[in-house]
Amino acid sequence: MIDWPLVSVIIFLPLIGALIILFIKEDELTSINIKWAALLATLGTFILSLILWLQFDYSNPSYQYEEKFRWFDDFNFFYHVGVDGISLFMILLSTFLTPLCILASWNNIKKRVKEYMLSFLFLETVMIGMFASIDILLFYIFFEAVLIPMYLIIGIWGGNRRIYASFKFFLYTLLGSVLMLIAIIVMYRNTSSMSIEFLQGNYFSYNTQLFLWLAFFASFAVKIPMWPFHTWLPDAHVEAPTAGSVILAGVLLKMGGYGFIRFSLGMLPEATEFFIPLIMTLSIVAIVYTSLVALAQTDIKKLIAYSSVAHMGIVTIGIFLVNQQGLEGAMMQMISHGLVSAALFLCVGVIYDRMHTREIEFYGGLVQRMPLYATVFMIFMLGSVGLPGTSGFIGEFLVIVGAFKFSSYVVIGAAFGIILSAVYMLYLYKRIIFGTITNNKLADILDINTREKIILIPLAISVILLGIFPNLFLDPMRLSLELIITNYEIANAK
Amino acid sequence: MLNNIYNIFFIPEIFLACSSFVCLLFGLFLKKNAFRQTSNLAVFVLLLTILLVYYGSESNFANYKSLFSHSSFINFFKILALLGSIASIIISKDYFLGIKLKNFEIPVLFLFSTLGMMLMIASNNLMSMYLAIELQSLSLYVAAAIKRDSISSAESGVKYFILGALSSGILLYGFSLIYGFTGSMNFNDISFYLSKYDNLNLGLIFGLVFVMVGLAFKVSAVPFHMWTPDVYEGAPNSITGFFAIVPKIAAVALIYRFCLVPFENFYLEWSQIILFLSIASMFLGAIAAIAQSNIKRLLAYSSIGHIGYILIALVASNDDGIKAASIYMFSYMLMNVAIFAILLSLKVKNEYLINISDLKGLSKSNPIVSLSISIIMLSMAGIPPFIGFFGKFYVFIAAIEQELYVLSVLGVLASVISAFYYLRIIKIMYFDESKSEGIINFQISFQSKIILSLSLFVIICFIFYPSLLINISASLTI
Repeated sequence: MIDWPLVSVIIFLPLIGALIILFIKEDELTSINIKWAALLATLGTFILSLILWLQFDYSNPSYQYEEKFRWFDDFNFFYHVGVDGISLFMILLSTFLTPLCILASWNNIKKRVKEYMLSFLFLETVMIGMFASIDILLFYIFFEAVLIPMYLIIGIWGGNRRIYASFKFFLYTLLGSVLMLIAIIVMYRNTSSMSIEFLQGNYFSYNTQLFLWLAFFASFAVKIPMWPFHTWLPDAHVEAPTAGSVILAGVLLKMGGYGFIRFSLGMLPEATEFFIPLIMTLSIVAIVYTSLVALAQTDIKKLIAYSSVAHMGIVTIGIFLVNQQGLEGAMMQMISHGLVSAALFLCVGVIYDRMHTREIEFYGGLVQRMPLYATVFMIFMLGSVGLPGTSGFIGEFLVIVGAFKFSSYVVIGAAFGIILSAVYMLYLYKRIIFGTITNNKLADILDINTREKIILIPLAISVILLGIFPNLFLDPMRLSLELIITNYEIANAK
Repeated sequence: MLNNIYNIFFIPEIFLACSSFVCLLFGLFLKKNAFRQTSNLAVFVLLLTILLVYYGSESNFANYKSLFSHSSFINFFKILALLGSIASIIISKDYFLGIKLKNFEIPVLFLFSTLGMMLMIASNNLMSMYLAIELQSLSLYVAAAIKRDSISSAESGVKYFILGALSSGILLYGFSLIYGFTGSMNFNDISFYLSKYDNLNLGLIFGLVFVMVGLAFKVSAVPFHMWTPDVYEGAPNSITGFFAIVPKIAAVALIYRFCLVPFENFYLEWSQIILFLSIASMFLGAIAAIAQSNIKRLLAYSSIGHIGYILIALVASNDDGIKAASIYMFSYMLMNVAIFAILLSLKVKNEYLINISDLKGLSKSNPIVSLSISIIMLSMAGIPPFIGFFGKFYVFIAAIEQELYVLSVLGVLASVISAFYYLRIIKIMYFDESKSEGIINFQISFQSKIILSLSLFVIICFIFYPSLLINISASLTI
């Protein structure tokens, strides 16, 4: 094992990069240095996080690489970080996507490059920190600190309605998370502990659990987002710059799912049992309703945003099935969605950079001019639909297998949603890519350049890799998920 | 104990009183630069007073027939008030010179008012409490109206005076009722007398309510807050800074001591009042601030909101509550010092900044300043990882310890509403495109810069070493 604080280094390396960037003077010539510094810091973080994966002990269900320091003298609040099978891939997802985001904004962010890179590096630190924390308050601090850079990213570099979108994003999420703060304090009062590890043992009376569950639900349901709390998402996605949408869809939505697994399932099992019908209903409504809404969209980004809500519906179904297939499926679906939706937003970014519009009607026949683009777009589109051989299939398949154990109505709902997802994605693809070029402005459009290849090809490879070798990802997380399921079943068997 | 003069904890106050007169004479006889020199001397005097308070005796010796009391809580708040006073004198020096308001009386008034505050915090007797409040208030009435040729300053002074006098009258009436029904003015004697009874009689309840109204006026809790926005707006910016930073500290300490010492056994009676004041202040502070275009009015409503949170900790009425209040007050002071240090150095077209919309484009012309303002605003909104979050966090811990779940949920909801107007300031600086750049001028003196950097440093870095402050505040006893 590694005897130096690997997790802390991974958490704070981007922040150190940010501090260095703070002292680079920004002007026309040096903005390239800022970009390189940001890229190097994020790449370094990614490489270090790979070590995390390589050295990971698959046979250990609990936390590894633990670091623990007393932080507050007066109560049991520790700087306590570590990685288990659940958080490992969330961290990898964050560290993988951030360098791609930096690359994606290489040319199209022209104003305030320095602040932009600072926001992204700070964002990466808090994202990783959130997934790695084993102390609830630490988790909360990171969870809420995410709002600051994201607010700035949407608000400064976003589209026309960016101010509305950024406020909506911030206030919506804040409203959810402050209730979580109250829940955290109540938990601490009852147990005198803030350790996530310790609290996963059913310590609360049934009634307390119900209230705590609702408070956590308020926070995670907004974050993931579940219907009807999703309305901030289309606005935020559409107005955010490409890289902002990528991080938002790729990582920030996963915070909700991660929270459900860790807190609702892990700490409040009896309340979870009580609320499962609610979650299932909301998820099925989300899948069907948002898929239909997606079908009617005229803006590409908005369409993908609504498809995210639908995919997250599959995730919440999987999580609250609370069986092995369901949870593994939910995790796979989260990772897959993190890659696929990020890639789709990047693809939209590619044509947006060239044509400065996201209207579906504007495009058509891109395959004539951009064959390579059409190919990678197809891979991601199929990944989103869930074609066998791509990452999307594994997640959806496992969730449906798990759902059969629960109720066939849920299966019907989820399967209907998957069919609808094929409808809107294929329809989108047809309208943008196929056919002949009807719009004269598209006549001179160029295929993806080297920088865009560097961004999109690793994503395409990982989408296919995930589809063909799912065990590469399922093995490390299996035991950690089993632990949660066992705790859950013991608590509910009483 | 009397034979050892250093053991008399009253030394700092006596020293401050004498030194204030020395400052007055010093300013009077100085021909040139009277204002600047007197300010420097005042800062020096206050620093010495802090040392005297800090190294003061730990003995529980109550002097002057128990007119005043002595405890770690009192010392903490005294030092806080002194620090706030020093900071506000330093940051306002250049502003006064800039608007050509060079009366050397200003720092002297601040000194007298600080003396009043120290006595307020320490008072253990209804009479001494009233006199201390008056000493504090009278200096501030004059300070609010110090810019004699300005209508708004005079108006704010008169408003403050009339409403202040009214509240003092109510306070005094409440005192007389309490004295009439208990036969004593001393806090401990009142407490002892009341401990024989299970509930308060009607006269005492009236007395308690009257005193609460008077104190609510001093901390500017809703519905007795009406003076705050007007006085903040009318007074010169630097005086507003002093109002926002220092008197609040003393008034909060006073309301804590009044509730927790003489009436400690009648929690139910006063906590209802405080509960209402707290909820009303949080929500009115949050909602009314949204519509403000004047930064001083906005900060007035923001301070009303903060008072609401501090009162939550008072309703909690446990050791955690005292801890929470002291941490919250500390963070409140730091954030206000920092924001006023910036406001007093920002000029738009050679006028000191007043309209929030004038901050437009600041992030382009002064990236560091706008970053600092953003950090202060986020901290005030209670967003981690800044110190403001921990203030609120401890308040909610105290509230939940007392099972005040509804109050805590209302508190966090109000904090979401208030986040809106703090974010609006960031939005104006960063998101709005400004057409005319370079009209904002940021000039700050070296001393203010030190104060600003220090307070920003603590706001940002508190999270890395919280134990220092928390251990101190955990050991406080009322």
